[in-house]
Amino acid sequence: MLKLPIYLDNNATTPLDPRVLEAMMPYLTDVFGNAASRNHPFGWAAEEGVDYAREQISKLINCDAKEIIFTSGATESDNLGIKGVFEMYSQKGNHVITATTEHKAVLDTCKHIEKLGGRVTYLPVDEKGLISLADLEAAMTPQTILVTIMYGNNETGTIQPIREIAKIAHAHGALFMTDGTQAVGKIPVDVLADGIDIMAFTAHKMYGPKGVGALYVRRKNPRVKVTAQMDGGGHERGMRSGTLNVPGIVGLGKACELARLEMDADTARLSAMRDRLEKELTTLEESYINGSVEHRLPHVTNISFKYVEGEGLMMGVKDLAVSSGSACTSASLEPSYVLKALGLSDDLAHSSLRFGLSRFTTDEQIDYAIGHVKEAVTKLREMSPLWEMFKEGVDLSKIEWAEH
Amino acid sequence: MAYSDKVIDHYSNPRNVGTLDKSKKNVGTGLVGAPECGDVMRLQIEVDEATNTITDAKFKTFGCGSAIASSSLATEWLKGKSIDEALAIDNMEIVEELALPPVKIHCSVLAEDAIKSAISDYRVKNGLPALELSHH
Repeated sequence: MLKLPIYLDNNATTPLDPRVLEAMMPYLTDVFGNAASRNHPFGWAAEEGVDYAREQISKLINCDAKEIIFTSGATESDNLGIKGVFEMYSQKGNHVITATTEHKAVLDTCKHIEKLGGRVTYLPVDEKGLISLADLEAAMTPQTILVTIMYGNNETGTIQPIREIAKIAHAHGALFMTDGTQAVGKIPVDVLADGIDIMAFTAHKMYGPKGVGALYVRRKNPRVKVTAQMDGGGHERGMRSGTLNVPGIVGLGKACELARLEMDADTARLSAMRDRLEKELTTLEESYINGSVEHRLPHVTNISFKYVEGEGLMMGVKDLAVSSGSACTSASLEPSYVLKALGLSDDLAHSSLRFGLSRFTTDEQIDYAIGHVKEAVTKLREMSPLWEMFKEGVDLSKIEWAEH
Repeated sequence: MAYSDKVIDHYSNPRNVGTLDKSKKNVGTGLVGAPECGDVMRLQIEVDEATNTITDAKFKTFGCGSAIASSSLATEWLKGKSIDEALAIDNMEIVEELALPPVKIHCSVLAEDAIKSAISDYRVKNGLPALELSHH
């Protein structure tokens, strides 16, 4: 029996894998010590759990266990990476390069450093959501201390050419940071091979718990340091103070281990389901896939259904938990800035749905989702005056719409 | 956002979706809103010229659940009303009936505009001056 609604919003967060919960349980009960307590077994046991998690994490992203700085999540990691570099390398320069389709945790942090005298270049993206390497090259200056470009986009799944970006950054003596929130645990991310100096990621996008994330900070070639944004006991090699969230960290470690062991199988299964969902839904007329189909995370698709309004569509697909490109929180609609950056018109951005699949998504759920979305889009189009005009061959751009 | 039961009912079972023959002299058509604003309503009325009574009303709406419900409700209310009674429909009556939250009041405003715009179109077709449409 299919349970409704079906959760297909796994780019927002994933459910906790029961095996992760199992690993965490002892640390929520008996093993409650403070990992920084060096003089009794309670502390040692906690520290052991944390150290083991560092190993598990470092194996997933191919780094040294000492290069992991634990934080409260990807937002904090993004903040620490960008602000930390901006402060630490202020003698060298004040210029940061990022892209318009980054997560708000990066964009708003960049806005913040602009207020502190930093200079930020926001690179545009093409219709696939990819930055241009020529644009990046042209934006580099002797004052550029950091290039921060996300690995995979949260709305479209588009994967940036990370290795090429890292090469350009390094050729100009800048550090390369990436927001790996959506990519780590989903696709192979190798900080050494990719040339990543700093990387933010989080547990709850890969079947781990909420409230725990990490910042990878390279220790060799070059040795990177970030100025702490949280002052206190000097935890995490002085870069992030605060008592460690031991159960969360153990959960992140276990989630990384599972991701490493099951990635190939998960990717094969999820991309097959995603492709089937996408193929079926794009049999609807006037439906468009947003972002790059070639360079994309395996579990995501973002589709616009023209002549159907986003919020009405969300209401029509009430049996699915999905995200829409329309952030209609007030009388004024705000279409997704990511989709707008890809060049989508407001109405197409509004009419988009993002599907994010997970390890726990089943074929039966995808079958239901296909039927449910098709039915909702068809019903809303029958009700849509724009669809009728389109069918009659009316050019909607030629109509003088009454603003209200 | 939580929708009221009445909005959900109109959204799930919209009344009077469809198209009237706009070439007929006794059919008035109102098309209001704009695609980039997220709502477009088309509301049509068919008038019995002898009695000045609205005998049929149809709508098609591109918009959120509240916009669809507002126009669906409007068509229900219009049927059987005289033109003057229809002109007296105030958007706040729609707000009350559907229990629309403040951020959705613009949907009711659009429905009222659509009613007035359809009546105005009917008037013009029948040699009467257009209505002064007050834009909210």
